Amino acid sequence: MNILNYTEAHNEFRRELTGFLEKELVPDREQWEKDHIVPKSAWKKMGAAGYLCTNVPEAYGGPGLDFLYSVIVAEEVSSAGLSGLVTGLHSDIVVPYIVSFGSEEQKQKFLPGCVSGDIITAVAMTEPGAGSDVAAMEMTAEHDGAEIVLNGSKTFISNGINCDLVIVAAKDPKVEDRHSAVSLYIVENGTPGFTRGRQLEKMGLHAQDTAELFFSNCRIPKANILGEKGAGFLMLMQKLQQERLVSAFMTVVCAEKILEQTIQYCNTTMVDGKPLGKYQQVKFTLAEMATETRLNRALLDATIKGHMEGRDVICDTMMSKYASSESLNVMVDRALDMFGEYGGLEANPLVKVFRDVRVITIFAGTTEIMKTIIAKSIGL
Amino acid sequence: MFELTKSQKQIQKAAKGFAKGEFDKELAYEFEKSGTFPKKIWKQAAELGFVGIHFPEKYSGGDMGMLEAVLVLEEFCRKDASIGSALAMAPFASESLLAFGSEELKEKFLPPVAEGEIMSAGAFSDSQRGGNYTSIQTTALKDKDQWVINGTKTNVINGGQAGFYIVLCRTKPGDEGDKGISMLIVEGDRPGISAETVGKKLGGNMFPTAQVTFENVTIPAANLVGKEGAGIAQLNTFLLESRLLSAAQALGIARGALDRAMDYIKERAQFQRKLAAFQVTQHKIADMATKIELAELVTYKAAWERDQGRMNAKLTSMAKMTAARTAMEVGAQAIQLYGGYGYMTEYEVERYYREAKTVELHLGARDVHKDIIAGAVIGRIK
Repeated sequence: MNILNYTEAHNEFRRELTGFLEKELVPDREQWEKDHIVPKSAWKKMGAAGYLCTNVPEAYGGPGLDFLYSVIVAEEVSSAGLSGLVTGLHSDIVVPYIVSFGSEEQKQKFLPGCVSGDIITAVAMTEPGAGSDVAAMEMTAEHDGAEIVLNGSKTFISNGINCDLVIVAAKDPKVEDRHSAVSLYIVENGTPGFTRGRQLEKMGLHAQDTAELFFSNCRIPKANILGEKGAGFLMLMQKLQQERLVSAFMTVVCAEKILEQTIQYCNTTMVDGKPLGKYQQVKFTLAEMATETRLNRALLDATIKGHMEGRDVICDTMMSKYASSESLNVMVDRALDMFGEYGGLEANPLVKVFRDVRVITIFAGTTEIMKTIIAKSIGL
Repeated sequence: MFELTKSQKQIQKAAKGFAKGEFDKELAYEFEKSGTFPKKIWKQAAELGFVGIHFPEKYSGGDMGMLEAVLVLEEFCRKDASIGSALAMAPFASESLLAFGSEELKEKFLPPVAEGEIMSAGAFSDSQRGGNYTSIQTTALKDKDQWVINGTKTNVINGGQAGFYIVLCRTKPGDEGDKGISMLIVEGDRPGISAETVGKKLGGNMFPTAQVTFENVTIPAANLVGKEGAGIAQLNTFLLESRLLSAAQALGIARGALDRAMDYIKERAQFQRKLAAFQVTQHKIADMATKIELAELVTYKAAWERDQGRMNAKLTSMAKMTAARTAMEVGAQAIQLYGGYGYMTEYEVERYYREAKTVELHLGARDVHKDIIAGAVIGRIK
């Protein structure tokens, strides 16, 4: 049952990528977790090998490959347990804003660096008072002659410490409507008035730098407006869909990986004289986990296909993100039980996964936001 | 049955007051991160009689029942899941001595536990995943009037720090079944004991857990706890009591997570409304509160039955399973209600969720208890 048409070229790309990750990056994984950051050199390695921004057209230094290559990279990075190296966020969430909405000048200026890994990107939407309610943001962007003055703060920004370029959503205080007041701006590292707060301590994703960003009379040229002024909210909503899709494919591949590891453990671990996997309840539990994972895979692949064909897959994307993220959390929880007391030790790799995945029912839109959009899509 | 006695209410209030006064959010955050045992709080708790509250008075205990012990741990874990869990674990396994030890052993070892002088430990399983008690390989061989112990025990809570270990050993080598297994008490400072930490854990980082190796450790013959060959039966009895205390921990963790969720939803507004004003939030809270009520009923009932002299394996497993599940479900929902903040360490609910899973994995996860419950409900199958 192949929904997606992976060609031999795709498969070859996947094999090479897997080998590359295993050899070049996986050995440093533990260190990243301890350091609470992925070094920029890892990003450059990914870029040099051609694994960043596979979508970016050749004219801007990218390989100009189809979306399935994005899927492959995000899946394999997730599958290798490199949860700190959020290339999916960079390549498939932030950079596409520049590809889709950037001026020719912006594209020429930034995209080659994004492809090479010299520019790591982030998107700053969330504020302390504006989470699910994006339009409640308070950060301001005042136009002052040829410049724009940014004031405010953003929080929970992934790549917040590492980023060289951040796409910031802010409101023009002169515009009353809370949606059309929002525009997007490109802020580069080193711009006076742009500072990073402390790195936030999280339950999991320890290798990923999540931080607060502060903007205090931060002046940027007008040329750094991204897309049309006043269209910020629409651009965010449009790109959030792909963000949720990217989140879903990292989630489903994680579920598949856990299933594989748990089956292996159950087959090789003896309990009271017989392999754990021979107990009827264990079999049924794993059968349930396998079925759910398969269902989530089918929905996801169909959604990716629709997305690539340019069809309206808003509802499917929300369903996929919601269903796979909730299911994954239940699965890891259940899988830990299989390991008994070993399920509670960090020495067990699944414990990191348990901590990492709790946030995926929250980030890129909570389950509650997903359900709100699904309800609207089905006519409520 | 449906109301605590006046004295039980007083104990509950005292435990709540103590936790409120002494447990500190910042301290909990630091200690959890650095893996530090809250020694000062433990000493104070012991001084006030909260440790070993269910021990007889002659062993420095509070002469009270298991329900009182449950109420205390519940309040402790509610105020702080990690500090509460560390205090719950400090006297771990000493109930097995209380139930089966000789008068001499009890007089010697129990008072320092209740007085907060020493921590105790249960070194039961040889298996990395716990359990598997009947297949243990650790041996204790009789040599005149001594036992000589050899073997390695896994996941020993308080391992390396304990004043004594209750160790499950094969005293009749060659006898494969459970008949050749006995329970022994080994002082922590005996030569030949070495402990290697298991490293960082998902939760329970305020108390140590180690792999403990006994290499030709010699103890007097009188250190046999209970009867020779009765180790497994004695362990099973002890586990019943210990599971009640686990249920209490879980119940407290669930309550603490709900408390924090309640504070947040009344404070936080999105879409120009307080989170508490959304019907979906309200129903989540309703579910959380209902689950906690159910977990409380079965936990209190199981403890009360034990205090009436009717230890009930079925109810005890129901309590442990239900309370731990409740703590997990309530913890997960609390994080979800907090949104991004819920995932951040400083908002505590993520720690409650980690401690909940730790309690669930301790002394048997869901399937272990379903086996026990089914055995009791279905009975012998002809």
